[in-house]
Amino acid sequence: MHNPQLNRNGELIHLLSIDGLPPLVITQILDTAASFMEVSARDVKKVPLLRGKSVFNLFFENSTRTRTTFEIASKRLSADVINLDINRSSTAKGETLLDTIDNLCAMHANLFVVRHASSGAPYLIAEHLQRIGRDDVHVVNAGDGRHAHPTQGLLDMYTIRHYKQDFTRLRVAIVGDILHSRVARSDIEALTTLGVPEVRAIGPETLLPKHLDKFGVAVFHDMNEGIRDCDVIIMLRLQNERMAGALLPSAGEYFRHYGLTPEKLALARPDAIVMHPGPMNRGVEIHSAVADGPQAVILPQVTFGIAVRMAVMSIVAGN
Amino acid sequence: MNIEIRSGRVIDPGNGVDRNMSLFIAEGRVAGVGEAPAGFVAARTVDAGGCIVSPGLIDLSARLNSIEAELAAAVAGGVTSVVVPPDAVPPLDEPELADRLIHRAKEIGKARVLPLGALTMGLQGERLAELAGLRKAGCVAFSQAMVPVVDTEALLRALEYAATFAFPVWLQPQDYWLSRNGIAHDGEVASRLGLAGIPVAAETIAIATILQLVRDTGCRVHLTRLSSAAGVALVTAARDEGLPVTCDIGIHHLLLTEDDIGFFDPHARFCPPLRAQSDCQALSRAAARGLAAICSDHTPAGADDKLLPFGEARPGATGLELLLPLTLKWAGAAGVSLPAALARITSAPAEILGLATGHLGVGSTADVCVFDPDATWKLTPEALKSRGKNSPWTGCMMNGKVTMTLVAGRVVYEG
Repeated sequence: MHNPQLNRNGELIHLLSIDGLPPLVITQILDTAASFMEVSARDVKKVPLLRGKSVFNLFFENSTRTRTTFEIASKRLSADVINLDINRSSTAKGETLLDTIDNLCAMHANLFVVRHASSGAPYLIAEHLQRIGRDDVHVVNAGDGRHAHPTQGLLDMYTIRHYKQDFTRLRVAIVGDILHSRVARSDIEALTTLGVPEVRAIGPETLLPKHLDKFGVAVFHDMNEGIRDCDVIIMLRLQNERMAGALLPSAGEYFRHYGLTPEKLALARPDAIVMHPGPMNRGVEIHSAVADGPQAVILPQVTFGIAVRMAVMSIVAGN
Repeated sequence: MNIEIRSGRVIDPGNGVDRNMSLFIAEGRVAGVGEAPAGFVAARTVDAGGCIVSPGLIDLSARLNSIEAELAAAVAGGVTSVVVPPDAVPPLDEPELADRLIHRAKEIGKARVLPLGALTMGLQGERLAELAGLRKAGCVAFSQAMVPVVDTEALLRALEYAATFAFPVWLQPQDYWLSRNGIAHDGEVASRLGLAGIPVAAETIAIATILQLVRDTGCRVHLTRLSSAAGVALVTAARDEGLPVTCDIGIHHLLLTEDDIGFFDPHARFCPPLRAQSDCQALSRAAARGLAAICSDHTPAGADDKLLPFGEARPGATGLELLLPLTLKWAGAAGVSLPAALARITSAPAEILGLATGHLGVGSTADVCVFDPDATWKLTPEALKSRGKNSPWTGCMMNGKVTMTLVAGRVVYEG
């Protein structure tokens, strides 16, 4: 099976998924991100690494937040950023995904940041670029369907490393709608790749993917049990539409069982950190006292996210 | 024209024949096997040394989007009869459409076309199509293709009505509710790739429902494209019970699993989905012991239909020209003898269809496929006559090449 995100030398040319990334590549990204943290603190927040390059933000699905962080990261690398909200332009006219890519390549794009509602769409783009011989054009997955959100996974790893240093002694719990979460998949792959000995998934059976045990994840249905003695707790956003079908009865019942309250948090290690990819639903998956409490590292995650995205873009465009 | 096909290995599974000998064809029929009939003078002698002479293949499912190209593909693949599911545009739900299809196929003069009529108008699963009219026009059975009948009462009535006239009904067992949002087997790969799953229960629930309705109505039902070990177990039990049910398996499901999706390969998207290794093995055993026939489920798609994200790509693969080589590949991998493997694509489908063809007995219609089992060729888009180049096997080497195909004693293909 060909992994299109690495070149023949094993270097990262696209970031499509954490799946298949060697631990060294992940560490390289985190180290590079650490070196960029200082840039964001400067008066002139810019480095010239992508000067003259064009970054196209291709968002086939709406996301102001992620797009903004990529935009900031691109600008700090001195790239030209072009935002395309595809929902409202070409696909409405019947243009296919790959037609769009061909057109933008003709406009001398260097890097595509892609968000798409279909799992695997960035793979299709990367394979197409390889087929047409455009190895100078790179793809960064900014979230595809339920599949992956690798930059979020990496910024979560950056956050964990920042607060906990060593991955090999940690107990990490991921709580909530893992079935529909690309963040959870990327986190699970990153955590297991980096040697976290115990990754737990906590949620009702309707929100857990099948065969999680095969991914080295222990499943807990009881949150009190699952959260006990954890060092890191990653809360996931619960989309409102999950309540429309038969997955969950109500937000209230969900919060009673799987919402992170101060009482439940007290069962974790006293120095446990609480993470959330945002945007949060207060009172649905997380209690405000926890979200705003001393153990929450949700805002630092956002700051780290810029540095991690700078690292990813500078590495793929440099290889 | 009298033809002698000389020195080939004649494998005729329907008659238990496997011997090096000549086949004599006269007036569109098999006139002699081994020995020439009295007074036989060959107008043409074909040397089939090193080749296998088999009954023409009968493919239980092939979609003919561009009929001329696809029927040429059929005979290039040794397929002499193709069953066409009714999910064309428009759906085959009126006798005139069946008439036209059969007439057109006769004009083209390659493989025979055996249409399946729509069981319900527009395949909507609500109003019955004119089954008797469709039958008269030449439909061999009635089907919903891949479209499930959501309303169980409508399905009951359809089977009752079909049973009235002893018409067979072909159903692809897939529960609508459990399959409508899914795009891949609800297994490890779908979990890893974040693809919405179709559980095995989508198949077993539909089979259980259909079997109960078969018990109640006595309707003869053919279950198409089994995909799971649990589905095989249900059909096996139903056969043991004596229910009038038969089944088939798409050739790709005997060779591929969910793992072949790799990194979202749209060519590995099928309906029903490719399932786990254990399912693949159970299907293979079911085919090996003769429970199921094998078909290509030929679904030609344009490049644009596959150059899409996995979940948006059209399911299915090209198959008419691959049915033979892939069946040989399966037989090799599963340790199935050549005659037993050929039975799955000749005599077994003939039996399901109630046809007098599918064998090479003296007096039978001379639908014949001659192929070199050792010839290898590379699957490239150019190597296929079909308009559909969509295959997970593109770039792979295939074993088995058809050298000659005869339909009713007429040479319709020479490779």
